[in-house]
Amino acid sequence: MRTLLNHLLAGFLTVLAVTAVLSVPAFAVDGDEMFADPVREARARDVGRQLRCLVCQNQSIFDSNSGLAKDLRVLVRTRMNEGDSDSEILAYIADRYGDYVLLQPRFSMRNAILWAAPVLALLLGLAAMALYLKSRSPVRAEVSLSEDERAAARKLLQEGRS
Amino acid sequence: MIIEFGHFCLVLALIVAVLQSVVPIWGVRTDNAAAMRFADHAAEIQFLATATAFAVLTYAYVVSDFSVLNVALNSHSAKPMLYKVTGVWANHEGSMLLWVLILTLFSVLIALFGKGIPVSMRAIVLAVQAMIALGFLAFILLTSNPFERIVNPPLDGQGMNPLLQDPGVALHPPLLYLGYVGFSTAFSFAIAALVRGQVDPSWARWMRPWVLLAWSGLTAGIALGSWWAYYELGWGGFWFWDPVENASFMPWLLGTALLHSAIVVEKRAALLSWTILLAILTFALSLIGTFLVRSGILSSVHAFANDPERGVFILFLLALAIGGALTLFALRASEIREGGTFAAVSRETGLLMNNVLLSACTVTVFVGTLFPLFLDIATGDRITVGAPYFNRTFLPIFAGVVLLAAIGPFLSWKRANIRKLRKDVLVTSLISALLGVVLLIVFGTPDPVSLFGIAIAIFLGVATLLDLARCAGVGTARWTSLPRRLAGLPLSAWGLCLGHLGLAVASAGVVAASLWSLEEIQTVTPGTPVTVGAYEYTLVGVENGMGPNYRTSVATVSVSRNGEEVTALYPERRWYPVEQKPTTEAGIETRWHGDFYAVLGDPAANGQFVTRFYYNPGVPWMWLGAFLISVSGLVSLADRRLRVGVPTPSRRSPPLPQPAE
Repeated sequence: MRTLLNHLLAGFLTVLAVTAVLSVPAFAVDGDEMFADPVREARARDVGRQLRCLVCQNQSIFDSNSGLAKDLRVLVRTRMNEGDSDSEILAYIADRYGDYVLLQPRFSMRNAILWAAPVLALLLGLAAMALYLKSRSPVRAEVSLSEDERAAARKLLQEGRS
Repeated sequence: MIIEFGHFCLVLALIVAVLQSVVPIWGVRTDNAAAMRFADHAAEIQFLATATAFAVLTYAYVVSDFSVLNVALNSHSAKPMLYKVTGVWANHEGSMLLWVLILTLFSVLIALFGKGIPVSMRAIVLAVQAMIALGFLAFILLTSNPFERIVNPPLDGQGMNPLLQDPGVALHPPLLYLGYVGFSTAFSFAIAALVRGQVDPSWARWMRPWVLLAWSGLTAGIALGSWWAYYELGWGGFWFWDPVENASFMPWLLGTALLHSAIVVEKRAALLSWTILLAILTFALSLIGTFLVRSGILSSVHAFANDPERGVFILFLLALAIGGALTLFALRASEIREGGTFAAVSRETGLLMNNVLLSACTVTVFVGTLFPLFLDIATGDRITVGAPYFNRTFLPIFAGVVLLAAIGPFLSWKRANIRKLRKDVLVTSLISALLGVVLLIVFGTPDPVSLFGIAIAIFLGVATLLDLARCAGVGTARWTSLPRRLAGLPLSAWGLCLGHLGLAVASAGVVAASLWSLEEIQTVTPGTPVTVGAYEYTLVGVENGMGPNYRTSVATVSVSRNGEEVTALYPERRWYPVEQKPTTEAGIETRWHGDFYAVLGDPAANGQFVTRFYYNPGVPWMWLGAFLISVSGLVSLADRRLRVGVPTPSRRSPPLPQPAE
């Protein structure tokens, strides 16, 4: 009896919970916020994919269900309506929410190590490789004989033949 | 009582680990063979003890023993049996136990199948393995004991993150750890080589099978994780440059470099100190990865059950292992004598170049992953390094790796014939260009960057097949002998071919997926078709149902082309009442060219539903490519020269001399 009651209660709670969750709009990008024009919508997405959802773990605002991400998406669309360029929109949002919102960090002195590291690693690696190859190269440049040596060699060969 | 037995076994494993890390070393010092052989038996006991502890924890999960804190926090009696078992490693304590289990598994495999390795070498390798195990067993027992009991057991458990209740992600950790932890063997062999002062081709041959095994597992594990993200997180993405993904990707990149440089050591006795360093660094990255994930220092979609305080302990282990190994390297590296020489254009140089590029890739991922952390600590500024950064920095360098994978096999050892190389590259380019033009005519011109990506993938595919054809003697020998010649190729040649072909297929898949993917998001009334490229997706209806421990809404989406039905998709939304969390299960149908992919969203007003429909070309190619790469490691492993338990000469003994009549 006790278990039956438990089951009933659990079932009731489940139904309640499902209704509760399904009634909350929880889905990234819903139809009503989108631009009708597919070209503008594509541009909105390109911009949106460079902005981080602040309350999520490593998702862009276009991949997130959270309300804050939606607010930012709407903001991006509003700025587009105002006629801002992509970089102006990114700068506008970064000014208000901090650099943390940019998925691609700025090119700045503070981020110099970040942006220089790949290039430096590659160059250092290539330089180290070049040095290693040079120090170990078995192929000596072919030494060509001087005219005197040539003559001496010819003489020796002829001596051997005769 | 059984639980306490498991706890006891773990303590036993710790004690054996202490003995195993001391006695064999003493044996090597005093030249005592019995003490050296002790390592083999200790490895067996240590594995048995750890495996028993693991089995006990699994038992606690299977019978839902909620008097065990770990089970009560992470399991539930209504969970299907599969997820009760996989729940063992879907939490911090259990996954650390799995970590040590796989570590001791590698040790016992070396003890059992490494009889061809000189006993003094094997003794040191196993001692180093035991030292690592010692650190992590102490970590488990002191900070993360899975056998902790509760005084008042709850009636039921708190359940398990429903995102993880999935067959793909269930197998992901064991495979990933097979790689992560398997690289410990490279580390142990490197230390043993430094201690004994013996670095030579036979050393590389002893080490290589273990690295191959680990690398195959890691490849499969990463692919499985990516696959899970693709169908479970529900926005069609497969790789997010997430810190935890990067943590597993870095050892893979450097491990790939290690596999290639070990070939040079084996064949030409060159690049010795570099290979040793690479072996140490690869495992160092595995440890750093473990630290990043387990300490929860980096926020991520994958970091479950973490605790910053435990991070300090792992950080200490990390410093000890990496610092100790690098100090030893610094002391001994000068004694390593480099062997064979080679010309500037040769197979050796190609492999060295592979190492340079893969190392640069690793540095890029490393800096990109850790820079925000350092900046936060140093200045308090918080920045994000996301996918756009890695696409700009990593991809160009990796394009070089792919290109090199095409050209490398054309080079011959010691000194390559430049005229022949030029001819090979020219032929490959011509065939690739021809294929490329056909593709352009069929699919239209993409932007220059994508065009470059596709060109490289085609180039690699063509080059690899040409190289295979050459090895099989196409053009020089009779056609009829071709099957026999192909069958006669050594398995290591097949490994190269499969691995590089897999890379070509996967690269083509990645480029196609990021280039030609189509996405439509809309609120639809059931019955109204939505156009996605050449296809029409129609939401037919949504039905509610019950799963074993969840409620679900399953939609039927029919996909048609020119009025003819192609397939039907069944995306789901699930609700897990115990954990109070929803999950989405994408509906996916795979064809050779791509995936049809549908996600069901929430019901809107008037019986409408929010839906996301995708056509993702190339995605199946990615999985196929990853599968080929993973299998290529196993194929190489089966090569008789590298067979585990080398170096037993596997050639049949020559026929007995017959007396002349």
